[in-house]
Amino acid sequence: MHKFLIHQRGDHVGVATSDIDAGENVVGIFMDDESMIEVTATGPIPLGHKVAVESVEVGARILKYGTPIGIASQQIQVGDYVHTHNLKSARW
Amino acid sequence: MSTTREILGFRREDDRVGVRNHVAILPVDDISNAAVEAVAAHVQGTLPIPHAYGRLQYGADLDLHFRTIIGVGANPNVAAAIVICIEEKWGRRVADGIAATGKPVELFSIEGNGDFETVRQASWAAQRFVQHATGQQRVSAELGELVFSIKCGESDTTTGLASCPAVGVAVDALVDAGATVLFGETPELTGGEHLIAERCATKEVRARFEELYRDYLKEIEDSGADLLGSQPTEGNIAGGLSTIEEKALGNIQKTGHRPIIGALAAAEAPSNGARGLYFMDSSSAAAEHITLMAAGGAVLHLFPTGQGNVIGNPIVPVIKVTANPNTARTMAEHIDLDVSGLLARDITLSQAGEQLMEVIFATANGRLTAAETLGHREFSLTRLYRSA
Repeated sequence: MHKFLIHQRGDHVGVATSDIDAGENVVGIFMDDESMIEVTATGPIPLGHKVAVESVEVGARILKYGTPIGIASQQIQVGDYVHTHNLKSARW
Repeated sequence: MSTTREILGFRREDDRVGVRNHVAILPVDDISNAAVEAVAAHVQGTLPIPHAYGRLQYGADLDLHFRTIIGVGANPNVAAAIVICIEEKWGRRVADGIAATGKPVELFSIEGNGDFETVRQASWAAQRFVQHATGQQRVSAELGELVFSIKCGESDTTTGLASCPAVGVAVDALVDAGATVLFGETPELTGGEHLIAERCATKEVRARFEELYRDYLKEIEDSGADLLGSQPTEGNIAGGLSTIEEKALGNIQKTGHRPIIGALAAAEAPSNGARGLYFMDSSSAAAEHITLMAAGGAVLHLFPTGQGNVIGNPIVPVIKVTANPNTARTMAEHIDLDVSGLLARDITLSQAGEQLMEVIFATANGRLTAAETLGHREFSLTRLYRSA
């Protein structure tokens, strides 16, 4: 059973569809091609919050919907919780 | 998608079709609210729409005020309107604007009469209008004759993942059936504004959209403020949205995939008869937004919500759709359609779209929305700057 969904291939983050515990191995589904990915959550991720499926360098753009949603303000590893602490708007 | 069925609505004098049958009691200004409420207390079946403004406004802000009040009175969900004002001249402008639709309108001004005499006269007219309105029958109309509006609120990541795409499926079906759909939320397109620009049907529409977007963004940027906590809101952030770009890209999912055939000013109704998807310059604040859409002629609003916005409107039924299973459980009395099965992948997007179309038909035919049963009548006028 999946615990997160990713909008499309190439996105750096997926969205938890159930609460995810720290250290939990969880399956995600890419919604564009139905392929699956498994990651280990490095921290707890509540339903609706984002988990990294790719690592992202500081200052690099983070993609969701195949489109930048902001800039990584900290180094992000696969399985990391991604939110305002490590993702900043490039607009305001 | 089941869009060929007819709906039962109210055909107005200008041939537009409404799905509600209100007798609106509209103040032109804030100090007429007491008289408006008094008339509504006398005559059952009337709908008072008090508000906070209408004095000493000028220029573009005053134009928007008039356009909004006239548009609301002219909306096909309104069978007849009583207009009450302090000074007759501004009231006359509003009453004449509404009367251009051909529907019954009467104007009462308080100056020189006082509240007692104004309320006495307006109550007689209101009683006559209520009996006129309640004598109207619903008649068959095409779904494509309706004007819809869309806006999401208290968004979270489930909105962009599921409830907005479900609304997008319905929007495509409605446009294909010949309906008009209005969307807006100018600043909340930030990060995806290029996607909207690319969907504009002509270069003129695109230029108009880009002008409206640029002007709104300039206001925000000139303020020098940090918008984190305002846009996205604290509720958005609690729901997992991190940036305006992420919120905007989720928001845009509900606009579907059809070309954008016009870019309207705030509270402007499409005027050339062309049906389809329109952008309207507007804030994302829910009450302001839906008020502007009502003024633009929307008769039914589709509202995806993540964390649970409770918004309603006095004259436009607001259909709430959520994909957040927690919200569907904890705020069930506000939710018209739960599509959280999309997150669990128990249902497909096209099934969710079908379910939403069923709710749209039922609501158009007269079934009250959750917000209507709860008495949510938020009416909020957009101001461009301070009064003189």
